[in-house]
Amino acid sequence: MKDMPQTKIPRAINWNRLDDDKDLEVWNRLTVNFWLPEKVPLSNDIPSWATLTDHEKELTIRVFTGLTLLDTIQNTVGAPSLMPDAVTPHEEAVLTNIAFMEAVHARSYSSIFSTLCSTKEIDEAFRWSDENPHLQAKAKAILDTYAPGNDPLKRKIASVFLESFLFYSGFYLPMYWSSRAKLTNTADLIRLIIRDEAVHGYYIGYKFQLGYEQLDEARQQELKDYAFNLMFELYGIENQYTEELYDQIGLTEDVKVFLHYNANKALQNLGFEALFPPEVSEVNPAILAALSPDSENHDFFSGSGSSYVIGKAVATEDEDWDF
Amino acid sequence: MGAELALIYYSSKSGNTERFVTRLGWPAARIPIDADAPLPDQGDPFVLICPTYADGEGRGAVPKQVIRFLNDPARREKLVGVIGTGNRNFGATYAMSGRIIADKCKVPLLCSFELAGTDTDIARIREGLTKLGKTLCSTAT
Ligand SMILES: Cc1cc2nc3c(=O)[nH]c(=O)nc-3n(C[C@H](O)[C@H](O)[C@H](O)COP(=O)(O)O)c2cc1C
Ligand SMILES: [Fe+2]
Ligand SMILES: [Fe+2]
Repeated sequence: MKDMPQTKIPRAINWNRLDDDKDLEVWNRLTVNFWLPEKVPLSNDIPSWATLTDHEKELTIRVFTGLTLLDTIQNTVGAPSLMPDAVTPHEEAVLTNIAFMEAVHARSYSSIFSTLCSTKEIDEAFRWSDENPHLQAKAKAILDTYAPGNDPLKRKIASVFLESFLFYSGFYLPMYWSSRAKLTNTADLIRLIIRDEAVHGYYIGYKFQLGYEQLDEARQQELKDYAFNLMFELYGIENQYTEELYDQIGLTEDVKVFLHYNANKALQNLGFEALFPPEVSEVNPAILAALSPDSENHDFFSGSGSSYVIGKAVATEDEDWDF
Repeated sequence: MGAELALIYYSSKSGNTERFVTRLGWPAARIPIDADAPLPDQGDPFVLICPTYADGEGRGAVPKQVIRFLNDPARREKLVGVIGTGNRNFGATYAMSGRIIADKCKVPLLCSFELAGTDTDIARIREGLTKLGKTLCSTAT
């Protein structure tokens, strides 16, 4: 029975009748986020690229092929594998958008390569990614969960871990370069990818929560155990991957803190509590600033706290707030 | 000591802010998701926690229900500060709702945090609210 999927009667999608208004909210955000790599002036990074050492260049290209692999998986397997589990027609439509953007992400790394690197360097890096045991191990752990017939909620767990955790050993590097005023256009492009992944991780995590809420306690516990076990497994792989890539440049410890921070956020997207304590998850402020430039908040609670002055609220008319 | 500083928050169906407030353990009222539901009454001075739901340019960052809540001058008058939330991965619009509300209502932006917050966020917000409550108490006399 299980291998004989029922043919669904096709029904025209009606966006004026929503079962879940999150579907439209996320669709809107994803469509206004749409971008293509051509929009980013990558060639402005050519002088900056020339200042990197050979090892730094090789590291950067390798990191980007690793990211390309994850986006390729999410494009061709991950997002499509979630479609049969969709509970609303609008969710299916959102997933097609996610799948397509993963193709744009995967494609954009090749734009970076063709702008900055030689064919020989590019080919060498793709060969490296095909053979790297840690990269292959994380791909396999995720793909096993995506396999047909698997538990739909476990698939969502794996998908959120890919979107919100596995990318970050790689995303660290362009944020690091950007914090040192290097490869800043490349960093702009990566930030567009990071923003997309934030919506993907949020949405798939939200749909996971909806399914999870319906389950009895025993099943909930089983899924939660599964999630934390898979996180441990992936974290083990990421640790080795990080050491192999970043030891030589001396950044391994800094990257590991970034991994903890992102693992916690991935778990929160699923509605679970954090795993790593604050002591090991406080990310280098330069990296945080590179993630969200121009968003610096004047933080009253960190200040002396004695300077509280009650402002005179300007009479805000209702129309001031545009609905 | 006068009445404790009140806390009002919004949280959508993804529930991050709701989970944060539960762990914070500070008495709090939720602005409902449903546009027809009654809004919480607010007689005491309060702090607002608000997640960000912007488009790419920062439009629509403050959820409509929060706008609806703040559109009443009597409520706005009791607002003493705002905490914005979001996800740093959204880049320049990170936790932008907090900045917008602070500007608009001329109240301090107290701090911001990501998703459901960390233990560090819980500790510093609990401490910050306690201090702020005391400051307001002493200025009120
Ligand atoms: C459509 C959409 C847009 C968002 N836009 C932003 C944003 O511009 N800036 C930000 O910091 N967070 C943004 N977020 C993230 C949310 O603010 C964050 O997940 C928050 O924890 C949600 O709180 P809630 O689960 O209590 O509703 C967005 C989330 C969604 C779904
Ligand atoms: Fe992607
Ligand atoms: Fe993604």
